[in-house]
Amino acid sequence: MGINGKIVTKNAYRITKTRNKTALRIRVPGGYIKVKHFTLIQSIAEEYGDGTVHITTRQGFEIPHIDFDKIAQINKKIRPLIESLGLDIEVTDYGYPAAGTRNISACVGSRICPQANNDTTKIARKIERTIYPNDFHFKVAITGCPNDCIKAHMQDFGIICTTDPQYDANRCISCKACVKNCKKNVTGALEMNNFNVKRDAEKCIGCGECILKCPIGAWSRGETPYYRMVIMGRTGKKNPRIAMPFIKWSSEDVVVGVIKNTYAFVGRHIDRSLPKEHIGYIVDRVGYQVFKQEVMEGLKLNKKIQIAENIQWHGYYYKQDNQFKSI
Amino acid sequence: MGYKLSPLAFDYYLKALRNTYRIFAPVLQKGKGKFAGTDVISYGEINSLDDIMLDRKSYFSPKEVLYPIRETLFYFLNDETKAPAINVKPILILVRPCDLNGIGKLDRVFLNNGQEVDFYYARRRELIKFAMIECVEGFDTCFCVSMDSNVANNYDMAVRFDEDNITVKVVDKSLITKDLTHADTAIFEPAFIQENKVKVTIPEVDLVTKKTFDHELWEEYTSRCIACGRCNTSCITCSCYTMQDIKLSDDKKIGERRRVWAGCHIDGFTNMAGGHNFRKKNGEKMRFKTMHKINDFYKRFNEHMCVGCGRCDDVCPEYISFSKCINKLNAIVREETLHE
Ligand code: SF4
Ligand code: SF4
Ligand code: SF4
Ligand code: SF4
Ligand code: SF4
Repeated sequence: MGINGKIVTKNAYRITKTRNKTALRIRVPGGYIKVKHFTLIQSIAEEYGDGTVHITTRQGFEIPHIDFDKIAQINKKIRPLIESLGLDIEVTDYGYPAAGTRNISACVGSRICPQANNDTTKIARKIERTIYPNDFHFKVAITGCPNDCIKAHMQDFGIICTTDPQYDANRCISCKACVKNCKKNVTGALEMNNFNVKRDAEKCIGCGECILKCPIGAWSRGETPYYRMVIMGRTGKKNPRIAMPFIKWSSEDVVVGVIKNTYAFVGRHIDRSLPKEHIGYIVDRVGYQVFKQEVMEGLKLNKKIQIAENIQWHGYYYKQDNQFKSI
Repeated sequence: MGYKLSPLAFDYYLKALRNTYRIFAPVLQKGKGKFAGTDVISYGEINSLDDIMLDRKSYFSPKEVLYPIRETLFYFLNDETKAPAINVKPILILVRPCDLNGIGKLDRVFLNNGQEVDFYYARRRELIKFAMIECVEGFDTCFCVSMDSNVANNYDMAVRFDEDNITVKVVDKSLITKDLTHADTAIFEPAFIQENKVKVTIPEVDLVTKKTFDHELWEEYTSRCIACGRCNTSCITCSCYTMQDIKLSDDKKIGERRRVWAGCHIDGFTNMAGGHNFRKKNGEKMRFKTMHKINDFYKRFNEHMCVGCGRCDDVCPEYISFSKCINKLNAIVREETLHE
């Protein structure tokens, strides 16, 4: 059987260890899906696969054990799933138009979680519409608060929803609940001063805990939501590392704009002699300053935004792993 | 005398009243709920009918209108003191019967509690008139009927809000404007809710003994209550406060004395000099509140403090229900009495 691996991969089918068998990856942006689509996923798994699905780390579904020659048939059937993404492109009978840019994952966010500062599902779907389809290998995740349940710190782009807490001294009863909690569980950005709470804006990470803890609504959410973006985290066999803060107190437009601009950045700098090169390694190669300049180009920056002057990524290299001896 | 007004005519009436009064009512504060994308209902100044939130119970009670969360009592300079002036424009508050009765409890505490009248409370209280919102359906957690506070008669005006029209009964003649005299008259007596979904039985005051105090029930609340104080801050009848002296000069001779709401559930409420704290365990705080609301207050004033507004239940992040607590306590007291 002759198969063009490039084409099927782009179509969201993968080469598997079983000869002549493939697996289809279903995108579920933000991990949010109407259950009516389950029947379709079920019928494909039963009719073409082995009746199972794998729930992927990125919150999609992977239907294994499919014959390559069934791809065309399946592609026709999964049209409703692709339509459900709400993309601006025309949906065809030819299946997913790209697979490089991975499913955008998100924690449950403010639809369910009390800690959340924003509707992560909505943001995930919006970013999906902005950057998909695209062949470059990008990993994006959105988390509702700095607890980071979705592990935004392991992504190329991790978006952390924040809020700018507003203090109304006239409502404050000086109970210190916010102060104690911020000190114990967050960054210690608050202190009591003459029975008022003082917030150190430099230390505050916008988690919103003070708002949750206040028994009388002296703290409330600012009108504009803000975002912290951490970048170039990764796993892999060479140099795993967590993503580092790139921008703080950013508007949604800037966050989305940065991701969009990074596609052009990758297009300009990717090493095409390699089968694939991850963005993190491209940024390592060309340098943070070049990356920063190019992805910020043309973006209308909001007033409160702060951009990292420099980033030092940590992580480790497997090859320098010399702390082990055989027993 | 009653009057029937269209929503538009009612707005004109409010407008006319606003020449004389600041009008407060439950208002939806958009985006100001503690969770992202949520609102909160609290008392605020209103301009028109549309500003009034009637579909849901207010999260915070109207207490803050007549008893500010934070109030400067006086400024001092050496031995001289001066109380700040307040806005003396009269106030009209739209309240439900439970809250109107609740304000009666605050009056007891601040005005009719021994010889001293609380000057600060009194001077604001004198400015206030009440427009009672007719309440016949209540909300899920209300137990005003059990607390005898479903009916209130000391209103200056009563209002019934129907879909297409608003009916008012005016008791205080000064609230009659030509917007009313030009309107249709109607016979209107406000009705009152006769049965809540939640009912409580208060244990007979004298049957609560030391044994009840030591019951393991309170241990349960020690494990559940996180001492956040929301049940106090939202309660219409909690009236405790603490004092704060703010020093404005290095030699501490110029400054400001404030009083600020406090609450028995809030950590640090009973802290004394030297770090002693009478009620360390959160169950003990719950016990203190319970006794105050449905036992001690009665012994002093012959009426219970709690009016059954149910807000403490609505706001508790740990789903602690005060009405359930009362009923559990009643069962315990009955049990104890049977085995005497
Ligand atoms: S990251 Fe924050 S908002 Fe998201 S699920 Fe975790 S705690 Fe909730
Ligand atoms: S938002 Fe978070 S970090 Fe900022 S003051 Fe509040 S609790 Fe502290
Ligand atoms: S939690 Fe609220 S009331 Fe307590 S000190 Fe903080 S702001 Fe003031
Ligand atoms: S104790 Fe609870 S039910 Fe009773 S008046 Fe206070 S908030 Fe309302
Ligand atoms: S609201 Fe609930 S948890 Fe908070 S202090 Fe009151 S009973 Fe305890």
